Order: sequence, then C-alpha cells, then structure tokens
Amino acid sequence: MLAALVHLGGTGKYIHWGVVQISLANLIIIAVMLVMLVAAIVVPFPKHETRRK
Amino acid sequence: MSSPPAETFTVAVEKDNWTGKIRERALKALPPDRLLPDRQPAYVASWSYVFGALSIAAFAVVLLSGAVLAVEGPAWWHKSNVGLFVNSIHLWSTELFFMFMVVHLWVKFLMAAWRGRRKATWITGVVAFVISIGAAFTGYLSQQNFDSEWIGTQAKDGINSTGAGAFWNVLNFGQMLMWHIVLLPGLVALVVGLHVLLVRRRGVVPPFAPTETQLARAGLTLAVAVPGVASVPVSQEPAEPLPTSQPVSNEPSAITPPPDPTPTPEAPQPELPQALSWNLPEDES
Repeated sequence: MLAALVHLGGTGKYIHWGVVQISLANLIIIAVMLVMLVAAIVVPFPKHETRRK
Repeated sequence: MSSPPAETFTVAVEKDNWTGKIRERALKALPPDRLLPDRQPAYVASWSYVFGALSIAAFAVVLLSGAVLAVEGPAWWHKSNVGLFVNSIHLWSTELFFMFMVVHLWVKFLMAAWRGRRKATWITGVVAFVISIGAAFTGYLSQQNFDSEWIGTQAKDGINSTGAGAFWNVLNFGQMLMWHIVLLPGLVALVVGLHVLLVRRRGVVPPFAPTETQLARAGLTLAVAVPGVASVPVSQEPAEPLPTSQPVSNEPSAITPPPDPTPTPEAPQPELPQALSWNLPEDES
C-alpha cells in the first residue's frame, strides 16, 4: 500500500544547495529527529499515581 | 578428621577465592537496589530521558529479527512474503535504533551528560554508536543484491585508502557477513551493556541547576552549602545576597543543603515544585 504512494524502486531524489547535496530521504529523517528532540523537551510527560508501600 | 566450621569456611572463600573477590567488588560497585532500582529522581519523568531505553528496545528487535533471518537464510528473506516482511522489520528496527540513538546523543550532549564522574558513560555511548555504524554498514554489504554490490564497490576504495583493506575486504561477502552477524552485534551488545551498568552505577545525569534569575522568577532562592558555614535556608525574601564568590556546581550534592545542626524554625520553607527538587541517590563522586 505504501509502495503505491511512494515509489521505492525509483531513482532517489536529491536536494542541491550550493556545495551541500543530500538525499530527500535523509533530509526527512534528520527533520523527524529534530522534531522528536523538540517534542521531547516541550511535550509534558504523563504523570502516574505513585505507588507507596 | 572433622570439617572446619561453616563460618570459617565462608570467610576463607570471601577473602581468598577470586570468585568471592569479584562478587564482593561487584556488589560494592552495584548493589541490587542500584542495579535494578524501582524508583528514579523526579526529573527523570521527561520524554528527553526516554530515548536511551527506546534505543535498547529497537536494538532488541534488531537482534531478534536478525536471528530469524539467520535461521532461514537468504533465499527465504529474498523470495517468501514472510521473509521479506522479517527482512523489512530488520531494516526498519535498525533505522529506529539509529534515530533514537541520535536523539539520545543530542539530548545528552545538550545536558553535558559527562558531568559528575560520568565520562566513562559518555565514552561508552560514543563507542557503541561508532561500532553500530560498522554493524549497519556490513549489513548493507550482506544484502546479496545489486544494492550491496554497488555499496561494496564504492566503499572498497575508501577502505583501501585507510589501509584497513589489507585485512578487511568489503568485497569479501563471507567476511562481511561474519562481521555483521557475529563480531559486531556481540561488540555492540557488550558496550551497550557496559554503558547501562555505568548508568546504574553513576545514576542518570541531573538537569542543570537553575540560575538565580530563573529562581527569582519562581519566587525562590537557592540554598547553597558553603563548607564551614551554616547552610543558607531557602526563603522567598533573602535577607542578604547569596555569596557569589563560591561557584555553584551543577552537582546535586553541592546544592543539596546538609543537615543543619541549628535550624532556624522561623525561616519560611516554601514547597519546592517537582522540577526543582534534587533528591538524588548518593553519587560516589
């Protein structure tokens, strides 16, 4: 199903920015990691009832 | 001939036997309540502290799916539907392993997680990351398809330029497969295990202590332990400015006031918010 949306067997797409060249897949992964970093700092952690003896 | 009393025998084993000595040292370094703790400091309740455990969880899936691939073999993982599925699990768990590991690295770098005698923890993490890159690279070389052939032929010149090509040949499929499924996973597991034991030994790194400005915004001041001087009580309105000549360390032991033999009962004791409490297990620093 995913293969119908994203053609995984084709030629990779690359972003060119001056001397910088990066594949679109790697750029997306780096962006996702940055989003995870910001979310880990900003999103509040769920609180639990502390179990006490 | 009668046997020695049980008590004498036990002492002799602990003092003279190498297994007893190792056990004694191991228990001293990592007592059971520290090895498998059931409570953590309040500041650990944050998503930023989750990525190390997520990395280990992804690594466990990598090992399990790799074991299944090893049992069935290349024809299975290339041609059958289930084989292709497990092969994809192996790939995507590796992707997640690296993503979680990189975010873990970023978070710990921004926290300067080598503070408080945690240098070895930081270094073992870096070593685990570097070995993992080698493990993933040999995995790409072990796919047995055009992709792995292309990667091998492209990589050989780079590896040869380092001199390592004399004994580490990326075009030697058997050698790369053995490194991928035996040597490198074992090394990663070993270093990650050591990393986790060091985290248990030294404890998770605490956040940076808040600055005086941040505390002032929260209507608080910091109690600073100065050697030889009675601790300054936490109060909302300090009678005099805090000593600035003493550098305030980020270590929790330095900012947790010691027991005061002559406490001032009149001093107001506001309740610290959870994020500002540093009730840590004692560090061995």
